[in-house]
Amino acid sequence: MNFDFSDDQKFLRDEARKFLEAQCTMAQVREVLDDDSKSHNDGVWKKIVEMGWLGAAIPEEYGGLGLGMLELCVIAEELGRTLAPVPFGSSAYFFAEALKLAGSEEQKLALLPKVADGSVIGCIAVSEGPGETAAGNIATRLKDGSITGKKIPVTDGDIATHAIVLVKDGSSASLVIVDLNHSGVTRKSIKTLEPTRSHAVISFDGATADLLGEAGNGMPLLDQINDRAAVLLAFEQLGGASRCLEMANAYAKERVAFGRAIGGNQAIKHKLADMYVKNEVARSNAYYGAWALSSDAAELPEAAAAARVAASEAFWYASKENIQTHGGMGFTWEVDCHLFYRRAKLLAVQAGSPAVWKEKLVSALEAKND
Amino acid sequence: MDFNDTPEEAEFRAEAQAFLSQNLNAKTPGALRSGGREDFLARAKAWQKIKAEGGFAQITWPKEMGGRGGTVMQQVIWGQEEAKFDAPTGPFAIGLGMCVPTVIAFGSDEHKKKYVRKALMGEDVWCQLFSEPAAGSDVAGLKTKAVKDGDEWVINGQKVWTSGAHYSDYGILLVRTDPNVPKHKGLTMFIVDMKQQGVEVRPIHQASGGSEFNEVYFTDVRIPDSDRLGEPGMGWKVALVTLMNERLAVGGSPGPDWKEIMDYARSAGTLSNQAFRDKLADWYVAAQGYKLTKFRTQTALSRGETPGPENAIGKIINANHLQDICNSAIEMQDHFGIIVDKDEAPSDAIFQESFMWAPGLRIAGGTDEILKNIIAERVLGLPQDVRVDKEKTFAEMN
Repeated sequence: MNFDFSDDQKFLRDEARKFLEAQCTMAQVREVLDDDSKSHNDGVWKKIVEMGWLGAAIPEEYGGLGLGMLELCVIAEELGRTLAPVPFGSSAYFFAEALKLAGSEEQKLALLPKVADGSVIGCIAVSEGPGETAAGNIATRLKDGSITGKKIPVTDGDIATHAIVLVKDGSSASLVIVDLNHSGVTRKSIKTLEPTRSHAVISFDGATADLLGEAGNGMPLLDQINDRAAVLLAFEQLGGASRCLEMANAYAKERVAFGRAIGGNQAIKHKLADMYVKNEVARSNAYYGAWALSSDAAELPEAAAAARVAASEAFWYASKENIQTHGGMGFTWEVDCHLFYRRAKLLAVQAGSPAVWKEKLVSALEAKND
Repeated sequence: MDFNDTPEEAEFRAEAQAFLSQNLNAKTPGALRSGGREDFLARAKAWQKIKAEGGFAQITWPKEMGGRGGTVMQQVIWGQEEAKFDAPTGPFAIGLGMCVPTVIAFGSDEHKKKYVRKALMGEDVWCQLFSEPAAGSDVAGLKTKAVKDGDEWVINGQKVWTSGAHYSDYGILLVRTDPNVPKHKGLTMFIVDMKQQGVEVRPIHQASGGSEFNEVYFTDVRIPDSDRLGEPGMGWKVALVTLMNERLAVGGSPGPDWKEIMDYARSAGTLSNQAFRDKLADWYVAAQGYKLTKFRTQTALSRGETPGPENAIGKIINANHLQDICNSAIEMQDHFGIIVDKDEAPSDAIFQESFMWAPGLRIAGGTDEILKNIIAERVLGLPQDVRVDKEKTFAEMN
C-alpha cells in the first residue's frame, strides 16, 4: 500500500509552497481584487511561467517538463492555497489536457510548447446561459469552418489567446479551437462574484475554428476533458479549504471573548473538527482521483466525480464557517475570508456544479453495478 | 502512488491466506453464529488456539510473549485477510487487544507467566471494566471504590457496558482508591477474577432489543494487593495505555453501505428518484472517504510511522453514515419500512436492524462529541475545555 505522493512529489510541493508564499501573497491577490482594470497579476503569472509549471504534465516532445499528472495535482493544491490570481487552471487543466487527449499531432506540436512557455494562454468556453449546458441548448454553431454565437461566462476569457469552444455542429455538438486574436472575435470583461479570476463574454461572428477531435463528438469529449480537469480543480479546492481551516484555527486561538480564547468553546471546536473531517474526506477522494488520472484507470469517471463532490463540499463549508468563526471581522473587506468564499464558489460551479457531478457519479456507479 | 503490497507484505499476505484457507471456511452469511452463543464461544476459543499455534495470534507482540514479533502493517494485513473468512474472533478482541497488553506493560513476571499464555491460547477470556453509570465520557470520574484491608483490597461498586463480562474469566478493573485528591490522581488498576464471589454479571437489555453488554456489580470483592497493576493512584496512566491499544484495532464496516441501498433502490424501482440519487452520491463520497483514509493510514503504517488521533474521524464518519443510510432506506419503503420481521422486510431487514444499532455506534468507544473534542484539541491544538473539577478533590465534587 502506497497511497501517498512520492518523496520527489512532496519535495515539489514544499518548493511550490515556499515559492508561492513569497511570490504570491494576499497583497498580490488584492492588487487584482481592488483594480477592475486588472484581469490577473501579471508579475505572479510571469514567475509561474518561468517555473515551468504550465508544462509539468506536458510531455517533453511537446515542450513540457514531462513530469506527470501527480506533479500537476501537487502544484494545483498549492495554487489553491494561495488563491493565485492567474489563468493557470484554464490553460493547464483544460486547454492543455484537452489537446493531449484529442488534439491532432499538428495541433499538439503547434500549441502545447506555447502553453508550456506561456506564449499561448488557453481557456474553455462552454456556458451560454443559466443551467447545465447540454447538446440541446447550445446556440453557438459551426458552419464551414467558422463559428458564430456568444459564450458567457468564459473564465480567463479576456486574457486567453486561444479557446476551446463547444458548438452546435449539425444535429450534434463538436469542440473547436479558436485563436481569439483573429477577426470575428469580440471580448468584453464581465463582473463576477470572484474578481481575482477574470471572466469574459466572448462573441464569435464567423471566427475561424479548427476542429478538436472528431466532428459530432463534442459532448463525450467534453466529459472526458472535465473528468481530467475535475481532479485538478479538486486539488485547488482542497488547498483553499485547508487554508480556511488554518485561518479559522489561528483566529480561534487568538480571539478572546468572555475571558478566554473562543477556540475553547465546543461550538467552535466542533465546527473546526467538522471542517477537518470534510477536508480529510476531500483529501482522500482527491488522492484517489489523482491515482486514477495518473494511471489512466477505468475508474476515472467515478473517482473524478467523487473528488469533485467532496472538494466542493469541503471548500464551501470551510470558507463559509471561516467567516463565521471570524465574526464581524470576517465580514470586512480587509480580512481575507471573503476571498476564499468567492473562490470556493467559482471553483464549485466551473465545469459543472456539485449537482451535475453528483449525477455523473451516480450514473457511473449505476453503469458499473448493473 | 499505488495500492500494491511491498514484496515483504505480499509474502506475508500469501502466508496468511494459505494458513486461513487451510483452517477456516470462506465467509457465508449467518454461518458463524448459527449454533448460538455457547457454540460461538467454543469455536472462538478453538480458533484462537489454532491461530496461536500457527504463529498468527497477536502478530505485534514480542516473541517471548508468544507473539510473532511482527509489524503493525502485518497485523493490518492479517486483519484484512481474516475478515474474508468465517473467523470467530469477537470474544478475544478486547482481552488480547487491550487488557492483556496492559498486563504485559504493568504486570509482574508472575502475572505474565500466569495470564499471558493462557489468554493467547484461547483458554481465558478477558474483559475491560472502566465505564460506570455516572462515568462514561468522563471515565476518570468513576465511583467504584477499593479500600485497603491488610494485603487485600475490598471492592464495592458498579461497572456498565462491559462486553463479554458473562463469559470472561478475568478483567482489568479501574477503581477509586483515594477520593481526597483530584479525580485522575486517585485511581488504581487491578486484575480481577470474574468467577469469584461478590462479582455479579447482569445483561443489559439494550434499546436495540439485544443484550451484548453487561452491568457488573462488585459487592465486598477481595483482590490481593499483588494483583494491582501499577502503583496506587497511577490507575489513570495505566488506563491510557489500555485505551491507546484500542486505537490500533481497525474496525470493519458495521452494516449496509451505499451499495446495499443502491441495490435496494434498483429492486424497488426508485433508483431514478432525483433526491435519492443526490444522497447516494454523498454516501458514496463518505464511504470512499472512510475507506481511502484508512489506506492513507496503512501507508503510514507500512512506512513504520505511528498513526495519531486523526484516526478518530473514521468512527465519526462511519456511525453517522450508517444511521443516515438506514433512515433513508426505511423512509423509501414508506409505511412498509416499519416492518422488522425478516420474512416480510426487504433485504432481510438489514436496514431496520442497523437503524436500531446506529445510535449505540455513535456513543460506544467515544461519542461523536468526545471524538470531535479529540480532533479539536489534539489535532488542531485548540484549548482544552474548562474543567471545573481540575483542582478540586474527587470528594469535594461528589
